Parts: sequence; C-alpha cells; structure tokens
Amino acid sequence: MEFLYKYAFIIVPVIKIAILVFIVLTVDAYLTWLERKVIAHIQARWGPHRVGPHGLLQPLADGIKFVFKEDPIPAGADRFLYFLAPFLTLVLAVTSLAVIPFGPGKFTIWGYTTTLSIVDLNISLLALFAITALGVYGIALAGWASNSKYSLFGGLRSSAQMISYELALTLSVVGVLLLAGDLSLRGIVDQQYIPHLGFLSWNIAGFGKGYGITQILGFVCFFIAAIAETNRVPFDLPEAESELVAGFHTEYASMKFAMFFIAEYTSMIVVSCLGTILFFGGWLSPFPDSWTFTHYLPSLLLIPFGLWVIFDGMRYETIFGRIILPGIGTAIAGLGIALAVIRPLNDFAQGPFWLISKVLLSLLIYIWLRGTLPRLRYDQLMGFGWKVLLPVSIANVVITSAVMFWRMPR
Amino acid sequence: MTGPIFIFLVLAAVAIAGAVSLILYRHPIHSALSLIVVMIALAGLYLLMGAEFVAAVQLIVYGGAIMVLFIFVIMLLNAGEEERTNFSTLATYGGVPLAFAIAGLIAAALSRAGTEALPAAAQGGAVSSTRSLSMLLFSEFVYPFELTSFLILVAILGAIVLAQREN
Repeated sequence: MEFLYKYAFIIVPVIKIAILVFIVLTVDAYLTWLERKVIAHIQARWGPHRVGPHGLLQPLADGIKFVFKEDPIPAGADRFLYFLAPFLTLVLAVTSLAVIPFGPGKFTIWGYTTTLSIVDLNISLLALFAITALGVYGIALAGWASNSKYSLFGGLRSSAQMISYELALTLSVVGVLLLAGDLSLRGIVDQQYIPHLGFLSWNIAGFGKGYGITQILGFVCFFIAAIAETNRVPFDLPEAESELVAGFHTEYASMKFAMFFIAEYTSMIVVSCLGTILFFGGWLSPFPDSWTFTHYLPSLLLIPFGLWVIFDGMRYETIFGRIILPGIGTAIAGLGIALAVIRPLNDFAQGPFWLISKVLLSLLIYIWLRGTLPRLRYDQLMGFGWKVLLPVSIANVVITSAVMFWRMPR
Repeated sequence: MTGPIFIFLVLAAVAIAGAVSLILYRHPIHSALSLIVVMIALAGLYLLMGAEFVAAVQLIVYGGAIMVLFIFVIMLLNAGEEERTNFSTLATYGGVPLAFAIAGLIAAALSRAGTEALPAAAQGGAVSSTRSLSMLLFSEFVYPFELTSFLILVAILGAIVLAQREN
C-alpha cells in the first residue's frame, strides 16, 4: 500500500489508459456490429444474425478470423513502411483519445486526485489537431509502400482529401475558440454552461457565456469536414471499391487490415467526442439544472434495457444466450438501480451519461449517412472542399468575430 | 542526470539521427520521413522549454501540412531511388574544411560564452502561453507579423501565376 501511495501518479494514469483502451476497442468492435445491423435494416435485410443471438458474437468471430488469416506481403513492397503504416494509423487514432475529457468529475485514488481524462492540457484542442494531422501519413504510406497501383491511388487521394478538408475542419472550430477564449476542451465546455438555460447555452444554440452567437454554420462545416477526415461515406474515395478495389488497404490482410479498420472506427469516436464537446455542450445536460428529476434518466433507460436483455437471453438455448446475456442484463439493470439509489454515484454519472449519449447519437448519424448517401465524384469532392466548405468556414470566423466585436462591452 | 536534461538529450539525439538519415537515405520518401522525425523531435524540444503552443503549431503546420505535401508530391511523381554520385571537387576541397570550420566556430563561441548564453531555455515562461504569445504578436511585433503574411500571399499569387502560364 505504501508503494501504491508513493507511485500513484504513475499507476493511476496507467490504469486509466488500460481501461480507456479496453473500452474503446470493445466499442469499436461492437460499432462494426451496429453499423452492419443498422445498414441492413435500412436496406430491409437482417444483417448479422447467425453467430450468437442477434449476431452479437460476430465481432468476436471476425476478430478470430483476422488473427488466423494468412498475411502475405506483396512483392516489391517497402517492408519497413508496409509494417509501419498500420501501426502508425492505429497508434495515432488511439492517442488522440488521451486529451478528451469524459466528464466534469474529479476522484481521488490512493491520495492522487485525477479527472475523467487521461491528460488535461491547456491546449488540448491543438494537441488533438496535431495528432490527427499526423494521421494522414499512415494512409499515404500504406498506399505507397504496398507497391500496387490501386493502393498508390488510394493513398494519393486520401492525402489530397485530408489536406483539403483539414483546413476547413480547423477553421470551423475557430468560432468556438473565439467564444471560449480558451484552447482547452474543458474550458470550452465550461463556457457553454449556464445553469438555468439547459441546451440553449450550448454553442449550437449560442446563448452561452460568450456573446450569444449561434455556431450552426461552424457545426455544419465541422461535421462535413470531419466525415471527410475520417474517410467515411460519402467521402470514402480513398477506398472506393468500384474503381480502386479497396484503395490504400488493398494489399493488407489479417491483423494489419484490422488495424486500419480499428483506427477508422476509433477516429470516428474521437471526432464524435470532439463535435459533442465543441458544439453540443459536452457533458452538460440539455435540461436546466433545477429539473433534478432528470438525474434519474440514466436509471430509467438502463433498468428496462437490462431487464429486456435478461428476458431476451432466456429465449435462447445456447450458453451465450442462457447465461452470458442474462448476466450482462443483470449487470446493466444493477448499474441502473445503483445509479438511482446511491446519490454520489448518481451525481458523478450525470456528465459521462450525457456525453456518451450524445456521442452514441452522433455515431448513429454517421452510420445512417453511410446507409443513405451515394459517394461523391473526385472532382466534386475537391471542388466542394475548396470552393464551398473553406469559404463558408472563413465566413463563420468573420461573422463570429464581427458580432463579438460589436457586442463587446466598451 | 536530471529529467529535463535526459529528455533533451534523447530528443536532440533523435533530431540529429533524423537529420543524418535524411541525407543518407537514397529514396526520397525515406528522406521525407526522416525530416518528419526531425520536426517531431523539435516539437518535443519546444515542449520541453514550456512553449506548448509553438510545439503544437510545429506539429500541425510542419509535421502535418507541409510534410504531407512533400510526401504527396513524391508519391505523385513516383520518384525513384537517387543515383549516388561522388563528391565534386569543390565539395571535397572547399566544403569539408568549411563545415569543420563552422562547427569549430560554433563550439568555440558556446564554450567561451558559457551556459548563460543560451537564453532560449530561460525565456520559456515569459512567452510560453498562447495568450501572451498572441499579445506580443498583435502588439509589439504586429508589423513583422503582417509583413510575413503579405510575403506568403505574394508567394501564393506567384504560384498561381506560374501554374496559369502553362495553359
């Protein structure tokens, strides 16, 4: 115990990192399941439903398949860069999670007080952009090192796309930064907090502590640029299968391919967290603070969901259905009851609950878009980025600063 | 050895190793990647001095934007490995002695001036934060700052004019 107290400043962050990476990788795995399910239902299909109840074991089956697949290296590939590229992509995607704060609360373990984020930087937004700016190398190098024409074109397209849309992404955030006067994500959320206004004080509605300017324009630019940055439909030209086979990861198989996949989903989560924090008040509740009954909303959602999982699991005859699903359901319902009964836990869980809800909603919109929109043509993509998105995001900066200047107390 | 000095030595070693391999590698992509390693190590050095904003901007602008363009162009032209040539006569008889002379000059200047002559590390606290940096940029150094942006604008216009002439 003496040891734990003495080195808590190292041990606690390491434990936090381990928990966060475990949670994020699990969420990534089930995000693929969710995506396949949602898109299947959009297209009037069932989606995965063979492996486990509702296809819930499908991510596990996919993972095992990835591990045991043969992993050929293309002839003439640059071996070092070919191996480096997927690692680089995954490491940068996961690292960018380190600066995201998941809630306002502080807690103390072994005499070491810490917050719900891996690190609290005073320039966390810039740090996040710095990490994601390096992310393009993984994709560009994967395309180049594979020694294949399809891969090279995928890598080239992705570099061009990321350079173009990164400008719009960065500029769309400037309006929020002007309002907050702070580069830390925590400060940006605090600026959006007015106790009696609820969601009206978020940057998207614009009645926060700043000057009352809505950032809808900034959010639209941010959202479109973020989809392009994460190479998702309708901006997934780097991996357009009808013309480029699979783009930059054509020559990758087994775990190295899985790394690109995990990285893509992780950056989806990061971008969703970032959009939530910048424009939708992060962990703030959409209701005024005086509505204390909304504090029981997590329990109200978790308990019925847990009970449903228990009863649904009982219908199956497999071990997973009969034992594990009811176990998970009991855990979820138990968490809901604990949140309703234990007051400090309830207070502590409010922030993470709202942040996670908003992030899940945003991820669902991502998937919904993929099921709805067709892919853009390449010249449309570049034209849109430079001729529409960039001017609009610059206009947002000008409008925001002009209104701020006009309303500034003199 | 104290922590900061140890980190400084590691980062400096990485930066020098990156710079040397930038010259020694024969393939342009490898050279460009070595340059990125140098940029990242420099960003770490800025961070060590307490200049977080400069470090982040170093990563975003040099590590992210500019070097991506380098890689993009190398990939687009599909540049192959370079031929290794012998030193030219001028480089052998003029360059090598000059390089040693400059290195000796720097070493002599540093050893004479002592540790107080390295004010960059000492300034750290004063202009480290984003706020104080931008205050300086928009008050004391506003003319050089605006002139620099004008210079960049001229460069952009020049690039467009050059590209248009071909059509």
